[in-house]
Parts: sequence; C-alpha cells; structure tokens
Amino acid sequence: MGSTNTPTDYLPIVLMFIVALGFVVTTMVASHMLGPKRKTKIKLDSFECGIESHGNARLPFSIKYFLVAILFVLFDVEVIFMYPWAVNYKELGIVGVIEVFSFIALLLVGFYYMLAKKAVQWED
Amino acid sequence: MLGYTITQWLFGILSFLAIMFGLMVVFSRNPVNSVLYLVMTFFCIAGHYLLLNAQFLAIVHIVVYAGAIMVLFLFVIMLMNLNEDTEPQRTWLSKIIAAVAGGLMLFVMVGSLKGAGDMGLQQYGNAQIGFVKNLGAVLFKDFLFPFEIASVLLLAAMVGAIMIGKKEAGES
Repeated sequence: MGSTNTPTDYLPIVLMFIVALGFVVTTMVASHMLGPKRKTKIKLDSFECGIESHGNARLPFSIKYFLVAILFVLFDVEVIFMYPWAVNYKELGIVGVIEVFSFIALLLVGFYYMLAKKAVQWED
Repeated sequence: MLGYTITQWLFGILSFLAIMFGLMVVFSRNPVNSVLYLVMTFFCIAGHYLLLNAQFLAIVHIVVYAGAIMVLFLFVIMLMNLNEDTEPQRTWLSKIIAAVAGGLMLFVMVGSLKGAGDMGLQQYGNAQIGFVKNLGAVLFKDFLFPFEIASVLLLAAMVGAIMIGKKEAGES
C-alpha cells in the first residue's frame, strides 16, 4: 500500500456507480414504457391517507429535526477522524490509542450533555 | 484518444459536469432542486480530489458535505416558510443592485485570475500526502495539537446547537 495508490485504483468504484445508475435508469425507463397507463381524474388526485387534502405542503418544519441533523453532522466529523487512525493503527501503537481516546472523551462530554439536556427527546 | 491521456479526459468530463451542475444550482427555481444539484456538484469535486491524489479529502467531501451538510441545507429550506405569498418581492431596484454587485464580483475574479498564468505552479512536498495512510501519520504526529483542539471545537458546536435549539423547561 501507499505508493501503489493511484486514481486508477478507483476505477472499480466508478464502474460500480455506472452499473448502479444504469440499472436504475433502465428499470425506470422500461417500467415507464412497458407498463399500462390508465389515467383517470380520481387516480391523479392528491390525497392524504384517503382523506381529502387541504392546504398545501409548504409548511415550516419543527426546529427539532434540525437539532438532530446538526448533532449528526458533528458526530459524523468525529468518525471521519477515526478513519486515518484505523489505517495507521499498528504504526501509531498505544500512543495513537491515547490520542484518539482523549479526542473521543471530549466528544463524549458533549454526548452526555446532549443526553442530560434531553436534546433528542421528542416531547412538545 | 485525440492526444489526451485518460486523466485529462476525466478532468475535462468532471469539470464540465461540475460547472453544469453548478449552473443548475443557480438557475433552478425550486430550492430543493438546487440542493440536489449541489450534491451532484460535490460528487464531481470529489472526483477532482481523487485525480489530485487527495483521497481522504474526497471521502470527507462525500461523507460530510454531500451526506451531512446537504441534509442540513434541506432542513433549513424546510424550516422556512416557502409559500408563494410570503416570497420576498423582487423589485427592479433590487435586481439592478444584484446585477451590479454580481458584475463587480466577476470583475474582481477575472482581475485576480489574470496573473494566475505566470504563477509557475509547482508541486511542494510529497505528492502522496493525500493518501489516508500518509495523512494519518502526519495528523497524529505533527498536527496532534490541532487535532485535539478540533474536538473542543466540535464540543462547543454541540453545546451551542443544543443551547439554541432546545427549549428550556420553564420557557414557553
């Protein structure tokens, strides 16, 4: 590893992307072309669980979703830092373990703060 | 192929796609569509990072930016009231001001890029520093202090988000 890493090593991933995208596009186009279409007024009506819809869908969301998302981003960044550590795990040895655990310990403080404040609990 | 290497072809295709999706971000009327085009732009830029041998940056770009930050963007759009009648009115004055500001921005960018041709770009340091393994070795030895400080920054962001977003017990 190391010096043999080149952008061409990512060719299999690119191929996988192309195959996945091609499959999705092909199936969607094929089902659109092949499937029968019987459109009636009632079928094309919008409805909410069988109840006639009223108002529109452009309503402001609750801030709670945003709080969950922003906490997700923060822990996401934490996990990203563990990726180079995992690759270098043997070389860094016990020093690396201490370094990363002190990093995680500080974030665990935030995690406990989050639990103590009941930040992700869904009461109104 | 036509005198270009595969890397040059990939660079050209990725650049074209990135610019095209970037323009779609600006031109699409629906803000949700804009965010989705921005995700595509980020994927193209991640491809550029791969071509530059910055593999860690490419992964971070996809996981954090395309994955997480764009979810935040979508939530921000959903948090806003986007009904037709609450849209801000676009008067002629604001359009003219926007055009002048955008034109000045373009002027500054063209002016600053004009001399970029003779900067004599050259490679500094190790060309393979962007690999995850090499980057990790540097990060956990030479840049250990900034790395540990980053956790304090994340902690501060976490506490701040909870303080702002969470209703206190007595608050109405």
